[in-house]
Amino acid sequence: MLRTELILLIAFGYVGLLFAIAYFADRRAAQGRSLISNATIYALSLAVYCTAWTFYGSVGRAAGSGLGFLPTYLGPTLTFALGLWMIRKIIRISKVHRITSIADFIASRYGKSTAIGSMVTIIAVLGIIPYISLQLKAVSMSYLIINQYPLIVMPRYFPDIPVIHDTAFYVTLLMAVFAILFGTRHLDATERHEGLVAAVAFESLVKLVAFLAAGMFITFGIYRGFGDLFTKAQDLPELRQVFTLGARAGDYLGWALHVILSMTAVIFLPRQFQVAVVENVNEDHLKQAVWLFPLYLLAINLFVLPIAFSGVMQFASGVDADTFVLTLPMAEKQEVLSLLVFIGGISAATGMVIMETVALSTMICNDLVMPVLLRLPFGTIAQRKDLSTIVLALRRGAIILVLLMAYVYFHFIGEAYSLVSIGLTSFAAVAQFAPAIVGGIFWKRATRAGAMSGLSAGFLVWAYALVLPSMEHAGLLNQPMVSDGPLGLALFKPYELFGLTGLDPIAHAVFWSLLANSFFYVGVSLFSSQSALEHTQAALFVDVFTYPGEGADPSFWRGTALVTHLRSLLERILGPERTAEALSTYAGRHEVRLGPLATADPALVIYAEKLLAGAIGSASARVMIASAVKEEPLGLDEVMGILDETRQVIAYSRELEKATAELKSANERLKELDRIKNEFISTVTHELRTPLTAVRSISEILHANPQLPKDQHRHMTGIIIKESERLTRLINQVLDFQRLETGKMAWQMQPVNLQEICREALTAVQPLIDDKHVELSLDLPQEVLLVRGDRDRLVQAVLNLLSNAVKFCDSVCGRIGLRLAVHPNHLQVEVNDNGAGIQPEDLKIIFEEFRQARNMSQGRPSGSGLGLAITRRIVEHHGGRIWAESEAGRGSTFAFTIPVLYPSAES
Amino acid sequence: MPMSPDSRKTRRLAGIFLLGWVLLNYPILSLFNLPASWDGVPLLYAYVFAAWSLIVGLLAVVSRPGRTNHDTDG
Repeated sequence: MLRTELILLIAFGYVGLLFAIAYFADRRAAQGRSLISNATIYALSLAVYCTAWTFYGSVGRAAGSGLGFLPTYLGPTLTFALGLWMIRKIIRISKVHRITSIADFIASRYGKSTAIGSMVTIIAVLGIIPYISLQLKAVSMSYLIINQYPLIVMPRYFPDIPVIHDTAFYVTLLMAVFAILFGTRHLDATERHEGLVAAVAFESLVKLVAFLAAGMFITFGIYRGFGDLFTKAQDLPELRQVFTLGARAGDYLGWALHVILSMTAVIFLPRQFQVAVVENVNEDHLKQAVWLFPLYLLAINLFVLPIAFSGVMQFASGVDADTFVLTLPMAEKQEVLSLLVFIGGISAATGMVIMETVALSTMICNDLVMPVLLRLPFGTIAQRKDLSTIVLALRRGAIILVLLMAYVYFHFIGEAYSLVSIGLTSFAAVAQFAPAIVGGIFWKRATRAGAMSGLSAGFLVWAYALVLPSMEHAGLLNQPMVSDGPLGLALFKPYELFGLTGLDPIAHAVFWSLLANSFFYVGVSLFSSQSALEHTQAALFVDVFTYPGEGADPSFWRGTALVTHLRSLLERILGPERTAEALSTYAGRHEVRLGPLATADPALVIYAEKLLAGAIGSASARVMIASAVKEEPLGLDEVMGILDETRQVIAYSRELEKATAELKSANERLKELDRIKNEFISTVTHELRTPLTAVRSISEILHANPQLPKDQHRHMTGIIIKESERLTRLINQVLDFQRLETGKMAWQMQPVNLQEICREALTAVQPLIDDKHVELSLDLPQEVLLVRGDRDRLVQAVLNLLSNAVKFCDSVCGRIGLRLAVHPNHLQVEVNDNGAGIQPEDLKIIFEEFRQARNMSQGRPSGSGLGLAITRRIVEHHGGRIWAESEAGRGSTFAFTIPVLYPSAES
Repeated sequence: MPMSPDSRKTRRLAGIFLLGWVLLNYPILSLFNLPASWDGVPLLYAYVFAAWSLIVGLLAVVSRPGRTNHDTDG
């Protein structure tokens, strides 16, 4: 015997635990250490999709139709496969535009229109109130059943019970308190409720555990596994027939329509939009939710069929199949399990109710009531100093109103329907948002007129095909509509519109309503045009990944406002503290001072509008901002121009960045070259001046003293000749280098003998060697392979190295060496000296043009600085490599290689 | 068409969507809509849950973080 007090204690204890979790998460959020910033918690919060309908209703549906309950969970699996593509886009758009509800999303896309926002809100509220009421029904039903433990008695018909004795009424009140406490604590510009999300995620875990526990107990405790259970079920004819689906075309089409229905519901139900989009902390959490959420759905559905069949087999008629999850453990006298299931059912119901009412209250307040209040004549609400308390009061009022409406529906009408059919009716209502949203984020040309016509048409068909029959069912109509059609017109029978038969009522309604919706949405969009604001919003939505987040849209707005006006506007909604905070954030980010008399720039006005949109919705924010600023409306052509410009500017700026980087490095290189060239010019002119000066001064002496002795005369003219040769050599080098650089050098490539070339170069440099008394060591093999090359240039290369060696070898007892080494594929020429050596940092650069090694022992080196550069170019033109090795104080070695002409011929 | 980041992953997931739609709808579904059973479990049920598990498994493998991080895609 479970005593009522114990059941209530556990139920209230559980709700208390939820309060604690929500409170803790809210506190963590206030401290900036978000508890819910976690991909797993995000996926669990999405499982608010699984309501009491899933928990109790799926089993009921499965008992009657086998797999018929399943499309509701297959659809979300498929939707989440498209999650990174579509849901991520919706999330990004909502973050950029501070969108806080599905009504806000649609309103914002179609030109921040109040009309369309209200329309979406009304559809959502009307469609979802029955859905909320089914949660109330489930909770009170489960309480009434478990309260009779161990007897299994179905609860009585509800309208008899006075409200004051009705459990469901107290359940309703408790849920309202919870939703108000954690859903409307303060007015936030992001409309996020970390406490609620944490509680909902926890509830998702509890309901899964409870359902799995019941399923395992029934499958493996009462029966010996799946095979045993299904084999026994096969003996009952009514169960055997649901082992397969009906095989008519309508059954498969109905199946597909149910899958489509749930695909839309899983993101477009207000609470799903709330948890998946508005409460999303990080877009990357989607990546895990893409599989974790479908896995959750798979797990919670695994035992639905076994429980349903087991219930049918265990109970005679008289036990509602919607209660099997609870009544089966009760029949087996499992107290703890029964309580766990009861708590699981409460979890499934409360999570949904709280999230849904908070989402609906935001919509009612922002998209239905506020726009009206703000438009009221002077001296009323719009002029009030502090609007935020009014907004909060409206939200709380809306929560209570929604819950009371749901209670009334449940108490007086809802009893006649099973859990699932009520839920599916709600799904069909929110499915009407799908064309406007999906079209809105992928199709720029969709217009507000199109969206409004589509929504209206879809909603009307939905009401006609699903709500009207349910009113007849509840006895509210005095005419048999379903069987005869209105006024006896059979063509308009609500369940068989235009004579379409073979579909179940839901699939039938989904088909006609979505068809009408899409038809008018596309058709009217094609034949209507957009306002400038619509066009702007359409482009910002569709191309959200192309436009940068916040800063892009100021260009769409031109107008003037005073900062003071904006400030007072914000203070009325957000309060002085948060306004000051937000404005100083803005001033800091944009490095502007916001003095009282300053004029707000467009960026600030947009920023303020977005802050307001977060709190009161985009349509209302637009109305408020418009009251404070003088706006110069942009024409459509201008907007289109700006959009195209923006896109092009973004593309250009990316290319520009690349080009800038290239230019920068080129510029650095040029600067360096410029510096080197200047040095070169000073070196060359110095080198040219020395011989020129010598020539000139000696010529002057000769000119002034015609009677000089013959031997002196001869000596002096000898100097003139030598110095002019030096001049010629220098000029030739410069010319050579210029030819090499510009590719104008005429190369005479032919097979040559490198050994001969070395000897020839040696002969040329011999006078210099003798002159400076340098000791020469030679290592030239007699037989060498031929190489292909330009004889004169190769001689020049070896000569350059040899004369350098002579120039830099030890001035007292100089030694140089020339060596020709034979390798299989190339020949290597080495020239060494015993000079001061080269600094390691110079080894790399000495082959560059105009460079000379510094810190040579004898100070400034002589020569143009082109010798090695020319040598390197000659070697490289022959396909060889040149390098230098040196050790300070022990001389240096210059070497180059030339590939042999026929490497394999002789080896 | 402007694609979101991770577009390679996104395309693979879209492929899984198509596979899921085909596996879980007419006419493939009708091939298993027979009064037969597999180890006691009705064939249709076994098939639908197996196909569903396959889709969830594929989603998990493809969306696993880090796997396509190094893929560059234009």
